[in-house]
Amino acid sequence: MPAVCGQLFYKLFRQVHCVFFLLRMPWRDILIANMPGNKNKITNGDHLDFEDTVADLDQQTDELHRLSSVKGIDYSAEIRRLRKQQVAELKRIYSNLNAWQTVQVARHPKRPILTDYLDMMVKDFRELHGDRCFGDDRAIITGFGHIGRERVLLVGQNKGRNTKEKVACNFGCPNPEGYRKAILKMKLAEKFGIPVVTLIDTPGAYPGIGAEERGQAQAIAVNLIEMSRLRVPIICIVIGEGGSGGALGIGVGDRLAMLEFAYYSVISPEGCAAILWRDGSQAPDAAEALKLTSKDLYKLKLVDAIVPEPLGGAHRNVHDTIYNVEKYIVKTLRELKRTKIENLLENRYKKLRSIGAGPTEKLRRKTQPAKDRIKAALKALPAKPGQITTKV
Amino acid sequence: MAKKTKSKPVLSKAEGWNGFSLKPRKDMPEGLWMQCPGCEHMLYKSAVEKNMNVCPECNHHFRIEAAIRIKYLADEDSFQEILSEMTTDDPLNFKFRGTTYKQRIKSDEKKSGAREAMRIGKAFIKGRAVFLAVMEPNFLMGSMGFVVGEKFCTAVDKAIEEALPLVAVCCSGGARMHEGVVSLGQMAKTSAALAKLDEAGGLFISVLTDPTTGGVSASFAMLGDCLIAEPGALIGFAGPRTIAETIKVELPEGFQTSEFMLEHGFVDMIVHRRDLRSEIARLVDYCQK
Repeated sequence: MPAVCGQLFYKLFRQVHCVFFLLRMPWRDILIANMPGNKNKITNGDHLDFEDTVADLDQQTDELHRLSSVKGIDYSAEIRRLRKQQVAELKRIYSNLNAWQTVQVARHPKRPILTDYLDMMVKDFRELHGDRCFGDDRAIITGFGHIGRERVLLVGQNKGRNTKEKVACNFGCPNPEGYRKAILKMKLAEKFGIPVVTLIDTPGAYPGIGAEERGQAQAIAVNLIEMSRLRVPIICIVIGEGGSGGALGIGVGDRLAMLEFAYYSVISPEGCAAILWRDGSQAPDAAEALKLTSKDLYKLKLVDAIVPEPLGGAHRNVHDTIYNVEKYIVKTLRELKRTKIENLLENRYKKLRSIGAGPTEKLRRKTQPAKDRIKAALKALPAKPGQITTKV
Repeated sequence: MAKKTKSKPVLSKAEGWNGFSLKPRKDMPEGLWMQCPGCEHMLYKSAVEKNMNVCPECNHHFRIEAAIRIKYLADEDSFQEILSEMTTDDPLNFKFRGTTYKQRIKSDEKKSGAREAMRIGKAFIKGRAVFLAVMEPNFLMGSMGFVVGEKFCTAVDKAIEEALPLVAVCCSGGARMHEGVVSLGQMAKTSAALAKLDEAGGLFISVLTDPTTGGVSASFAMLGDCLIAEPGALIGFAGPRTIAETIKVELPEGFQTSEFMLEHGFVDMIVHRRDLRSEIARLVDYCQK
């Protein structure tokens, strides 16, 4: 019975959601996170180790709720005060997360995974299975669907929610057949001019005997070369972990965006620490050195955009996170669709070629004053004889 | 490896003969003998060098540095190197527990005598003009950072411009983690450049030597039109230690070797080091337009 009540209340709440949005009530995020309809509800065990204060406040609020229902005393003022405090605390913690804390948030068990995005963002999704060679890898899901009004081919890495799903998809580590499936479906999309959207969330490509026998390296390499010349727009978004070659295997495109607390790295922090220090427990320091957070990568001009996450990370408010991602995809697709495909490919090539050389070049352009830049551009313009004659 | 260290006499003149020759073993002239990791034979070093750094007993191919590789591969004095002075400028300011990337580069420069992990240039192989890109295994494990990516892309551009076949000798542990996502991006960059070469109709021969793993094997190394492997080389994506640690199973013998790759259909041929020149020349001749 309480579950049904909760569902009803949640439905009602969904309707007045926009009013909440306009009012920008400070505890809105917390309220949504605690909704009974929310699969990803934060419970006591889900707090990360740097969120102790928030966990305490959560516990106190729960206690007050319990007391008010048992004794019938109105504690609403107290609860409101606690929630305000909690929001302030979350803001403080999440506005300056360090690299290792970001990695922990990106790996949070309640963080929205690909299936959440498929449920909430993609309309009329039709999954396409199989690589026509060996099998169907569950770690990479491909299929047609609508995002906004656009039809797209969605390619994404799936980690699985429960143990059974996790084992079926190797904890999000794709095998070669997954990469071959992805490129096969992308070629299909290319044939009919359907844009490609890839959602990246993997700790890395699977290191196993079977994967090596079936050519993991070759599968990823082929994806890289084919995606760099695919004649449709490609948008890549890192929604959780972006681990090394496994992420890059579906991560070459016109735009690369990252969720605010996702990470993208050449090697896992544990792996880096194990190589340099022969001790995997030094991972926090390695994470700091690898510059794997969205902010650092944006500064280095290695990602094109950061998609903001709601207060307290994606796992506290799945709905808003996915809404932000959808908004970004719709906006960027509109922009990319306006560009001619030849120009798109040329820009993509230029973008890939300038990786690593980017920051210095762009800084130099910034330091040149705007006036001089306009003058130089005007000089470089070829004289148009037609225009001149009309003026004379 | 090829440097000949001067052999010290067992007793220096100043010490004189003291009636005994019971000098400890460490005074043995160093660098004269070596043990083959394949068959554990003690080998005379100059004999191995004469045999193109291949064990005369068991055909174990030793790792060789770029300069020697070029000497074996290209016609005498035909290699014209470009971009030899290019160095990295540490995009991340990498610092881990007090050791910096810059220090590591300096120490590896001293150790290997190379400026970066790749050398590129125009060369002739048995009279056929090719563009050559050779990796240096002793410089940070031959890992691919910004400079290696940039050099490889330049080699591709030159090959397209001059309509030459491109020959790359791969020998690398993967992407260079000191450069973070910049080095990961080099995988995409080199692949995109190879797409251009492919569209221009150029030939790309990739020679896989011990070891070719990680980011390099998952990008340009595996994208060759023709793939040649040296016998017994380690070729794969994840390193054998990583795989063993992940799946907690002992790996089968001969796993991730050239022979394994040939059996599973990922390389065209396995060629002995002494035949490499003639095989490349033959392929270049066949793939002429």
